Formats: sequence, C-alpha cells, structure tokens
Amino acid sequence: MASRAGQVRPALGAVAIAAALGGVTLGTAFAVALQAGSFALSPADWAALRFTILQAALSSALSCALAVPVARALARRRFVGRGLLVTLMGAPFLLPVIVAVLGVLAVFGRSGLFNDLLALLGLPRLSIYGLHGVVLAHVFLNLPLATRMILQGWQAIPAERFRLAQSLSMGPGAVLRHLELPMLRATLPGAAVAVFVICLTSFAVALTLGGGPGATTVELAIYQALRFDFDPARAAALSALQFGLCAGAVALGWRALQAPGFGAGLGRRLAIPAPGGWRRAADALVIVLAAGFLLVPLGAVLWRGLWGLSDLPPGLGAALARSVSVALASTLLTTSAALVLALAVAARGSRLIEVAAMLPLAASALVLGTGLFLILRPWVRAEDVALPVTILVNATLSLPFVYRLILPQAQAMQADFGRLADSLSLTGTARLRWLVLPRLSRPLGFGAGIAAALSMGDLGVITLFAGESGATLPLYVHRLMGAYRMDAAAAAALILVAVSFALFALFDLWGRRAAS
Amino acid sequence: MKIAFLGAGLAAGVTALATMAAAETPVLKVLTYDSFATEWGPGPAVEKAFEADCDCDLQFVTAGDGAALLSRIQMEGATSEADVVLGLDTNLTAAASATGLFAPHGQTWANSLPVAFADPNFVPFDWGWFAFVYDKTKLTTVPASFEELAASDVKIVIQDPRSSTPGLGLLMWVKAAYGDKAAEIWKGLADNIVTVTPGWSEAYGLFLEGEADMVLSYTTSPAYHLIAESDDTKAAAAFTEGHYLQVEVAGKLAATDQPELADKFLAFIGSDAFQSVIPTTNWMYPATAAAVPDGFSTLIKPEKSLLLSAADAAAARDAALAEWQAALAK
Repeated sequence: MASRAGQVRPALGAVAIAAALGGVTLGTAFAVALQAGSFALSPADWAALRFTILQAALSSALSCALAVPVARALARRRFVGRGLLVTLMGAPFLLPVIVAVLGVLAVFGRSGLFNDLLALLGLPRLSIYGLHGVVLAHVFLNLPLATRMILQGWQAIPAERFRLAQSLSMGPGAVLRHLELPMLRATLPGAAVAVFVICLTSFAVALTLGGGPGATTVELAIYQALRFDFDPARAAALSALQFGLCAGAVALGWRALQAPGFGAGLGRRLAIPAPGGWRRAADALVIVLAAGFLLVPLGAVLWRGLWGLSDLPPGLGAALARSVSVALASTLLTTSAALVLALAVAARGSRLIEVAAMLPLAASALVLGTGLFLILRPWVRAEDVALPVTILVNATLSLPFVYRLILPQAQAMQADFGRLADSLSLTGTARLRWLVLPRLSRPLGFGAGIAAALSMGDLGVITLFAGESGATLPLYVHRLMGAYRMDAAAAAALILVAVSFALFALFDLWGRRAAS
Repeated sequence: MKIAFLGAGLAAGVTALATMAAAETPVLKVLTYDSFATEWGPGPAVEKAFEADCDCDLQFVTAGDGAALLSRIQMEGATSEADVVLGLDTNLTAAASATGLFAPHGQTWANSLPVAFADPNFVPFDWGWFAFVYDKTKLTTVPASFEELAASDVKIVIQDPRSSTPGLGLLMWVKAAYGDKAAEIWKGLADNIVTVTPGWSEAYGLFLEGEADMVLSYTTSPAYHLIAESDDTKAAAAFTEGHYLQVEVAGKLAATDQPELADKFLAFIGSDAFQSVIPTTNWMYPATAAAVPDGFSTLIKPEKSLLLSAADAAAARDAALAEWQAALAK
C-alpha cells in the first residue's frame, strides 16, 4: 500500500501540471482564435510551412549527425580543461538570437573571418545567405544541446558494461554494436525531436540569414497576422498548424524510441575505455573542430562587446536585476515541474503527459503572449503583471528542455531501482533525498542551467507587457539597437551572455558535483 | 454586522482617498512605441516639459513598434486606458481610422512637412525621408536612382515589409515612384539584396558590421553618427525619383476619460518644447519649423518628396506585397 501511495501523489501532481501546460499553450491560442478574423490559409502560408519543415529537418539531422562524434570524443577522452570546454560549448544555445546571428556573421559573413581566409588563399568568397546559412546558424545554436543530450546518454551507460566489454576483449566495433548503438537508439530520437521542434518556431534566424521572402517560416506568418493584418483567427490557425507539426514530430520520435536496457550499475564513476591509435587523433580533431566552430563566433561576440562597456546607460543595472530575478524564479518553477512530470512518466509512461510536456516547444511566443494579454486584460493592467507573466511564460517555454534531459535517466532509475525502492517503502521526501536527487542531479543541474539561461535570453513575451520602465535585459539590448546604439547594445549583450552563462555554469557545476 | 459596516466604511474611505488623489493630479496615458519612452529617447524630456504646466501626470505605456501599437488598440478596443496614441505612421493610419476608436483632433497648428499633410484624426509629430545609407570611405560609386542601383553590383540590406514599418515604407516608395513598373524594379534589385531582416535594427546592425554596402534607413541617420559619435563617414544616397516620407503621427482615442488633457497634449506636440527634443532623440525632422541642430545641415535634402495618401497606401499594400514576394522569392 505504501508504495502505491508513493506512486499516486506524483501522478496527481503531474496531471495537474500537464493540465496547466495545456491550458497555457492551447488555451492562449484559443483565446486568440476567439477574436474576429478569417481562418483561410493562403498559398504563401503553405509555402512557409514547406520551408519551415525543410529547414527544421535539415538543421535537426545535421545537428544530431555532428553531435554523435563530438559527444563520443568528449565521453571517452580526458584532457585538461575538458570540463570547462563542455560547459563553454553549451554557450551558443544560450545566446539571444540576434547576438548569435551577429556572431555567426562575424565568422561566416561577407566580411567575416572565414571569407577573409578564403580570400587570402585566393579562393572566391562564399555567401552565407540562403537555406545553407539558416541551417548553419541553427546547427551553431543547437549542436551544443544535441551534444549534451547524447553525452549524457554515454555517461548513463553503467561503467560495469564497459568493463565487461573489455574483459570480453570486444573491439571498438563490437562496443559500438552492443553498447553505443542501443544507447544512441534511446537518445537520438529525443535529441532530434527537440532540435527539430526548436527550429520549427525559428523566425529571426530564418529571415535574416535566409536572404529573402523565400525563407519565410510559419512563425513569421503568425507575426504578420498578429501585428500587421490584425487577423488573430489566422494567427491561431497557423499556431494550430505548428502544434500539429510538433505533435507529429514527437509521435515519430516515440516510434523510433527503444529502451537501451543496460540494467543497473553500481553508479561508480569509471573512465570509459578509450581506444588509441588513429581513433585518438580522430577524436582530437573532432573536438578541436567542434570547439572552433562553436567558440570562434562566441569570441567575436565577446570582442565586439568589449568596446561599448565604458558607455553603458544607467538603466542597465535595473534591467539586469529584473532579468536575474525572472530567471531564478522561472528556473525553480520549471525544474520542479519537469521533475514531477519525468518521474510520473518514468513510473507509468503516460503519453498524454508526455505530449503536454513537449507542447510548449511548438508554442509561438507571440501567440502565447497575445493570448495571455487577451485573457488577463479585463482584470489587470499589463504593466502590473509583466514580470509574473514573463516568469510563467519562460518557465513554460523552457520546461520541455529540462523534461527531456531528465526523462531518460528518470526512466533508467525507475527500471533499475524502482522496485527495490518500492520494496523498501522508500517514498516521499526520503525517496527524493536518497534515490531521486543523487541519481538525477546531473540532468537536473544541467536542465536548471539551461532553464535559467533561456529565461535570461528570452524576449518573446515581455514586449507585450513591459511598460515604460519594466524592461528586462534582452529587451533593453533590443531597444539600444533600435536607437543606433550598436556599441552599447553589443556591450549590454556581452553582459547578458556573461550573466546567463554564469547562471548556467553554476547550476551545471552543482549537478556535476552532486553526481560525482 | 459591525464588521461589514466597518468594511464598507473602509472601502468608502479608500475610494474617497483615491478619488481625491486622482482629482489632485489627473493622469494622461500616452501609448507609444518602445524606443520613444526609453531613457535616451524623447520620452523623458517630453514628459518633463508637458508636466511643467499641465498640472497632471504624463505616463507612457509602451508596446513594441508602430505596428504593435495598432494591434494593441485593436485588442483593447474601447476599453483601452490610453488617452493618446503616439507613433503610428501613415501606412497604418487608414486601418487605425477604420477601427472607429479615434476622435478628430481639432488642432489648428500648422505643420511644416515637405508635402501637404492633413488628417482629421492624426497630427504629425515628426517625419523623415527614407534613404539608403552608406559608408563614404567604402562605397565610391554611389547609385543615384533605383534603376542605377539595380544595374550596379552594390549590395543592400532591407527590412521585411511584413514585419517592419521601414520595410513597408520602401515598398510604398518603389510603388509611388514606379507604379506599374514596380515589379520590374524589384526583379532588378533581387540580386543586390543581401538579405531581408525582420526589423530596422537587425538591418542597420548588419550594415555596420560590413555585411552590405547600403542599408535602408533615413536621410537623418548620418546625423546620429555625426552628432553622437563625431563620425562623418556615413551619408545617405540622393535618388532622382524622389524620396518617400515616413510621417509619424499621434491621435486621441475617442474613449478617453481625459479629453481636455489629451487635446492639450496634441497642442503641445505642435510646440517648440516638444519639437526641439525630436531631432537628437528620435533622429527625425521636427513636424514644425522648430530649429534643428547644426549637424542636420550636412544632410542631403531631397527635392522631390513622395507620399501616398493613407487611403492609397492601404489600397496598394496587398498587391504591392504580393509583387515584392513574387519578385524576390527565388
């Protein structure tokens, strides 16, 4: 009986959270749909849909394909600064979009380093603008996430299995077949779906690097419908299309998903055996290339920001403080909610809860914000609820990432230790303290870091609610750019990146410390 | 009973206090775009000058950009708490008037726009000519018309007319200058366009980073670099077709609970106290004959100004947008 009581409580909580998520994502779209307007989708909307799927599929495939060798090299090699590199490589994912685009352009743009290098070698300059540029920027932004998700998969293979493989004298090929491929089959679909759905809602990257109206995404069509045509019904219809795509992608991910079934290990931290010879050199090359690809544009952002540091307007401090408090509050909210959902799904495998947890990925921030505005406005003034609404929206939008990071290891924990814990009547806080937190601290810390940084960088909703003086740091950067102050904007962006990264690194470090 | 009585008394007292406070300083709410109300924008100086003799509290409510203002008042309808909307441009005024939410302004002060401008609901508060801005030290052969630009290999970055008001302005510029030939011009420009950005700031940022030779902005943009950064390398290219105007306007909402204050504010927009703030904060021309700073004398002064009426602009928009999309979608 005790074990059942322990199961029921998180399940109830999970259902409540899932219902809230459904309400915030679908309910807001419904509130928008209730406004007057037409439901008809134009041929241009269908073209936007095709482009959206194409670029998201390419970006996802390429990000995951590149992430596998990078994650493998990072999993089995030990070198000085490895921990720092793993943390640093997560940074592009955390950049505000326009800052990331400027970073990518500093390297791959018309007058970027890469083209300067080509020119130096007497080769023609390459243009980044087009579908390939969109995909390149999306890989830059999402390779870190895919790498980390897959790296966690590698680290979740019990060390005893590698030892067994070694004592059976398995070569790298056999290890790949028996250990690594089953792990990838369990990890890759989740990573691919996450990156695909993130790229679905891309707007500024796709348009800025796409080179013209051919690179229109559904999210841009939503923006146009809401802002320029004020056709909320059309925006809601487009938004429903986006939800449909997301649900389809998640469903496809399930079909491909297979549990690795390694069984329980003793949780000892043993180094994964690293083959020598040419494989050693290949791993080194992969790490150097990936680090270069991710860190050089980041370096350009830092370098660019240094020049304006002395000339920052006084309002920046308040905006920074607002952003940090929003980030901390939404991190607490989203991490707890994601943990409850992941534990419930690990215990019972409810697909409805799983869909609810992934829904926010497909939500258009603009529709979400507009819907909340329409729902709340009869009762409160927009400026008065700007920060609570931002906290709620940021928590909602970052939940799928944290959830996806926790889930595989929550499932492994349930499979390996669930029955033992049940038979010991380990429930409630005791179970949380002795089983859940020790086993899940690594993804929890990483997830909390991601949530904090995503919340720092988000801009989608605050613009609808912020009053004269309620700006968060990303909005502040945006306003500086809108007033010719590009140097100050670059410096403020540097501060934003530094603080986001510090928050991310703190949470991530905590998770890794607690795990080892 | 006692408790209920006490509660009612308290509530009445609080209401009376709130009414007294409201009676002492009436509040005028101006809904405007983000950059107007920032610490470096016109907002703070405008607020100070207006409050000096209005005996009121001027508060700004902000919502993104000009297009966001319109969708905000459409969402709020007659229940909006704003009294004045400041920051729409003439591409949006037809749709704004059609909502029936605006009241005639009744202002009689004369504006000094380069074209005759009068709208029953809206007064202009500033204006600027759209222009392509370039770096004098990098671009030596400067195109002097859209046709020359299309024939050259000069690279430009523009804004998307579906998400930005300057982008929509460029669409109207080509339409006003070339009418039925506009589609041809866009086809000619297709290979000059490096990329299309969602908004003005991304485009201007890309230009400053060297991604394009020219960027769609305003003839007044070089004044910012000259006055604020002592950098005289930027200039705007003069086009023989003439330059399209962006006229930014303000209007009074019909449902305002402060009609006198709103009228007073619309009159204040025509005063030197408001207009003298505009050039070096919003980097646009004042709507009246107010003085402009020295740096503005170095700017190009187009001889021919183009502006479609609000009704013509609204009527031309959808077809022009389709033309633009067809010409640029490769």
